[in-house]
Amino acid sequence: MTVETVHLPGLLDGLDVIRDDFPILSRTLADGHPLVYLDSANTSQKPQVVIDAMVDHLERHNANVARAMHQLGAESTAGFEGGRDKVAAFLNAPSREEVIFTKNASEAINLVANTLAWARGPLQVGEGDEVLVTEMEHHSNIVPWQLLTERTGARLRWFGITDDGLLDLSDIDELINERTKVVSLTWVSNMLGTVNPVAEIARRAHEVGAVVLLDAAQAVPQMPVDVQASGADFVVFTGHKVTGPTGIGVLWGRREVLEQLPPFLGGGEMIATVSMERSTYAGIPHRFEAGTPPIVEAVGLGAAVDYLAAIGMHNVRAHEEAITRYALEGLATVSGLTVLGPQQAEQRGGAISFEIEGIHPHDVSQVLDSRGIAVRAGHHCAKPAHKRFGVQSSTRMSSYLYTTPGEIDALVDGLEYTKKYFRAG
Amino acid sequence: MDLDALYQEIILDHYKNPHHAGLRDPFEAEVHHVNPTCGDEVTLRVHLSGAGADAVVEDVSYDAEGCSISQAAASVMTDLVIGRSLTDALAVHESFLTLMQGRGGVEPDEDVLEDAIAFAGVAKFPARVKCALLSWMAWKDATARIVAGETAVPTETEETR
Repeated sequence: MTVETVHLPGLLDGLDVIRDDFPILSRTLADGHPLVYLDSANTSQKPQVVIDAMVDHLERHNANVARAMHQLGAESTAGFEGGRDKVAAFLNAPSREEVIFTKNASEAINLVANTLAWARGPLQVGEGDEVLVTEMEHHSNIVPWQLLTERTGARLRWFGITDDGLLDLSDIDELINERTKVVSLTWVSNMLGTVNPVAEIARRAHEVGAVVLLDAAQAVPQMPVDVQASGADFVVFTGHKVTGPTGIGVLWGRREVLEQLPPFLGGGEMIATVSMERSTYAGIPHRFEAGTPPIVEAVGLGAAVDYLAAIGMHNVRAHEEAITRYALEGLATVSGLTVLGPQQAEQRGGAISFEIEGIHPHDVSQVLDSRGIAVRAGHHCAKPAHKRFGVQSSTRMSSYLYTTPGEIDALVDGLEYTKKYFRAG
Repeated sequence: MDLDALYQEIILDHYKNPHHAGLRDPFEAEVHHVNPTCGDEVTLRVHLSGAGADAVVEDVSYDAEGCSISQAAASVMTDLVIGRSLTDALAVHESFLTLMQGRGGVEPDEDVLEDAIAFAGVAKFPARVKCALLSWMAWKDATARIVAGETAVPTETEETR
């Protein structure tokens, strides 16, 4: 995919050079097809600098963190805590201590949902309280809140979706009320691509004293994210979608809120002192990081956000928008194809879900795969959002900073071939 | 990657013109199975007559939503089990299961499996084996419920694993 068919305004300069940073992109698949990776919203590929940082850590600096008093322990701790510094800078967090490493974004949301049930004082979610989510959430931002409300007697409510794939805010005055304790929503939808007006919703939520969590799993990879400007109390994302490794996620929380929350998991490293009768707990962030943390993953995540910062997240966003616009234009030429969600590139992120009349998404992705094109087919862990549009599943293409217009052309050609193969349309 | 090995003409034919589709009365058990990874679903009813060694599969009716493989598998299955003695139908089920779990190494017996031999290619695509088994597992489950004497009130959703 080195030959560009077109140059689009907003495309990253030196796209070939960027692609060279990602060794997997030069892979050839079965039958000699070059890889066309359009599944980055599922997981992103990894640049060499991330791979090298992790290998170097394992080869030269490996030791446990914090509790190892030797030289390697100090180096490993520096690498791990350095990852925290880099993430804090990347998010414009006011303090490194507000960055908590988790296993993934799901665990970060579960951490908040559980500790809000266990909290005593104004943050506690109990009977009669309301938790507000949206119909376009990933299952990981629905199920933890269902568990919380079922266990506490609180009530789960949600914003609907308009026919255009935007949040339906027409009943916001009713949905955000004096009983609302938590508002948790996605910044960028993983299925519809919708970019939500999170700062405005956070402002309204704060007027009634609710705390606000943003699922930024699809936002942090593709747009500049400033947690202070977001207006939220919590922002979560996962490492593997931002060119980092799996096994590490991030919970950013405002210090005043985090300090009111009880511990989540108990274990090593999260304590101040332990006796057989009782324990006292460490301050943030370690209070929420029981046990040996994902050390090499934090090193890799640090390298990943440094890599993205060097390219510039405004540039990444411009690239995504250019590719998304080009993809929407290309997909519009495929008869029988319907894009779910907003139709304007500037209103959305780089994940585009669509249906093709008469061909099931599984079959679409299977035929595309036979041509080396990787997309996702299914409900994308967003069954309620699919149901809203009367579909059981969809095919989703998702781009990233290494995606070329030529790859979009390959997708469109592949879809035409798919239709011919199944003699549809 | 040989697409035609997966999408045999027989499969595409059954997909476009499924046999025995729709939900019918009478039935003794109705089940609802889903494939949690992709969302494919089937609601399936079984009507048996007789009991024990004399049990016969009188009817299998279904409402399925899913890919070509899962739809075609439901259609082929109904062709194979309807009108058969339960003992024979269970033997066919076993034979199909063996084929699908054989990773492409099992030679299908056309005398037993008839149109279902077209699914031999699916066994080489691990991600699609579940699609092919969805309705077969639903049938087995519904049949087992009848044999166990459970009443015909729908329907617990089961994940096909």
